[in-house]
Amino acid sequence: MQASHPLSPAQAGVQKPGLLGPRFRGDERERRADETIESPMRRALRRLKRRKGAVAGLIVIALFVLVAVFAPLIAPYDPAAQSWTAVRKAPSAAHWLGTDDVGRDVLARVIFGARASLLAGVISVAIAVSIGVPLGLISGYLGGWVDALLSRITDAMLAVPFLILAIALAAFLGPSLGNAMIAIGVTTTPIFVRLTRGQVMAVKVEDYVEAARAIGNPRWRIALFHILPNILPALLVQGTLSIAAAIIAEAALSFLGLGQQPPAPSWGSMLNSAQRFLTTASWMAIWPGLAIFLTVLSFNLVGDGLRDALDPKER
Amino acid sequence: MLTFLAKRILQLIPTLFFVSVLIFSLQQLLPGDPALIMAGEDRDPAVIEQIRKQYRLDQPIPVQYVFWVKGVLSGDLGESMRNKQKVLDLVLQKLPVTMQLASMAIIIALSIGITAGVISAVYKDTPWDYAANVFALWGLSTPNFWLGIMLIFLFSVQLGWLPPSGYVPLTEDWRQSLATTIMPAFVLGNAIAAVLMRHTRSAMLQALNSDYVRTARAKGLLERSVILKHAMRNALTPVITLGALEFGTLLSGAVLTEQIFTIPGFGKLIIDAVFNRDYAVVQGVVLVTATTYITLNLLADVLYVLVNPRLRA
Repeated sequence: MQASHPLSPAQAGVQKPGLLGPRFRGDERERRADETIESPMRRALRRLKRRKGAVAGLIVIALFVLVAVFAPLIAPYDPAAQSWTAVRKAPSAAHWLGTDDVGRDVLARVIFGARASLLAGVISVAIAVSIGVPLGLISGYLGGWVDALLSRITDAMLAVPFLILAIALAAFLGPSLGNAMIAIGVTTTPIFVRLTRGQVMAVKVEDYVEAARAIGNPRWRIALFHILPNILPALLVQGTLSIAAAIIAEAALSFLGLGQQPPAPSWGSMLNSAQRFLTTASWMAIWPGLAIFLTVLSFNLVGDGLRDALDPKER
Repeated sequence: MLTFLAKRILQLIPTLFFVSVLIFSLQQLLPGDPALIMAGEDRDPAVIEQIRKQYRLDQPIPVQYVFWVKGVLSGDLGESMRNKQKVLDLVLQKLPVTMQLASMAIIIALSIGITAGVISAVYKDTPWDYAANVFALWGLSTPNFWLGIMLIFLFSVQLGWLPPSGYVPLTEDWRQSLATTIMPAFVLGNAIAAVLMRHTRSAMLQALNSDYVRTARAKGLLERSVILKHAMRNALTPVITLGALEFGTLLSGAVLTEQIFTIPGFGKLIIDAVFNRDYAVVQGVVLVTATTYITLNLLADVLYVLVNPRLRA
C-alpha cells in the first residue's frame, strides 16, 4: 500500500523508531498496511465529500430528480392547461413564474420539463455506454484489424461535429423526444468507444491482467472481471460529464423543434416560444434557461469532483 | 516529417470512407419510400417514377452509394429539392457568413480563454484563480441558445444598443456588420473560451513547475519575463493546436446562434433544410463540415509537430 493520507490517524503508529529489531518492525509494517487500507470506493466518497461544489451539485441533482418524479404533486397547475384569460401574465401570487403565450403556467411547465431533460440525459448516455463500452473493450483488448476497423469508424463519427450529427440523425429519424434521445445517444457513442479503448490498452499490460491470463482465464472473463472494474472510474467521470452535454443537446434539439413535440413541456421548446415574446414576456425565457443551466452546472460540478476524487495520483 | 505526413494522410482515407458511408446511410433512416417523400405533395405516379430513376432509387443500395460518391468526388453534392440550386453552390454562398462569425468567435475565445488561463495558473489558489474557474464552469454549463436569448433581451430589448437579429456583410458596411455579429460571436466564443482556459491553466501550471522555469528564476530574471517568455511560449503551443479541435464546437454552436440571431450562414442552411425536408442539402452540409474538420485536424497535427522540435524526426 502507498503512504496513507497525511491526516489519517494510522500515520501516528508508523513513526515508532525501529529500536526493537527487524522482527518487530515487520509486524509494525503489517499492522500499518491493515490500518491504512481503505476501499477505493470509500476513499473516493471521502474525497468527494470534501468538494463543496460536487456536494452542492449532487444536492441540486437530487432536488431536480425529486421534482421530476413528483411533478404531478408539486406543480400548481396542469402544464398543458391553456387559459385565454391569462395570456402572458407577469409573475404573480397566482402564477409564481408567470404564464406563457397561451396562458399556461410557466412554473408547472418548468417542473414537468425536468422529466424530459433528465430522462434524455440519462437515457442517451445509457445508449452510448451500452454500445460504446463493449465496442471499446473489444477494440482495445483484441487489437489487430478489429481495432483498426472500429477506430476508423469512431474517427469518422467524431469528424462530424456533435450537434450537427445529432441534428442530421434526428432530422432523418423524424422529430420526437425518443428519436432525439437515440440521436444524442448514437452521437455520444464514439466518445465512449475511444475512452474505453484507451483505458483498456493502458490497463491490459498491467501485471494483474498478465497473472489472470497466466492462470488460464478465458479472454471474455479477463475483459469483464479484470479489466472492466479497473476502468470504471474513468467511465463514471465521462458518464457524468456526458449527461450534462446530453441535457444541453436535448434542450438544443427541442429548441430547434427536433426533440420534445408541443404541447408536451420541455425546457428547450419553452425557450423556442419564449424568443418571440422577449419584449413583452421575458419571464418565459428566464426560467427554463435557468433550469437547464442549473442542471447542467450540477452535473459538470459532480463530474469534475469525481475526476479529482477518483484520480489515483492525487491523495 | 514526410513519413509522418504520409502516414497521417493515408490514415485519412478509411476515415473519409466511413464518413461518406455514414452520411449516405442517413437517407436509409428515412421512414418509408424516399421517392414518395421527395415528391412531397405531388403524388403523380409519373413524377415519383421519374424521381426514382433520377436518384437511382430503383438500384441496389451499394450501387446507389457508388454513384453518390462518384458525384461527391467530382464536386456534385446533388441539388436542393426546394429551389433546385446546387448544394455545393448553396454551401459556398453561406460559408463566408459563418466564417466571419467563427473568426470573431475564435478571437474572443482566445483572448478571454488564454488570459484567464494564464492568470489563474500564475495566481493559483487565489481569488483570481477561483474567479477564472467559476468563469470556465459557467461557460461550459450555459446553453448557448439561452445565452443568446438573454443577450438579446439585455442589449437589444432593454438597452437598445444592438440589433436583435439580421446580418449585414462586412463589405457593405463594416460597422453594421460588427454590430450584427458581435453578440452571436460572443455566444459562440464563450463556451470555447472556457475550454481554452482549462487547457491553458493546466499547461501553464505544468510549465511553471518545470526545470527551465526554475533555471530562469534562478538566473534572477524578472518574474514577468519568466512567465511571458519562458512559461507561456511553451505552454501555449499545445493549447493553440487544441483550439483547432474546437472547430467542431464552433460549427455546432453556429447552428443554434445563427438560428437565434437569424444570420443567413451555414447553420441556418442546415436547419432550414431540415425543416424543408431537403435531405440532399442536409447531407451536403454534414459532408462539407466533416471534411473541413478532418482537414483542420490534420493541419493541427502537422502544426503541432512543426512547432515542437522534439517530435520532428
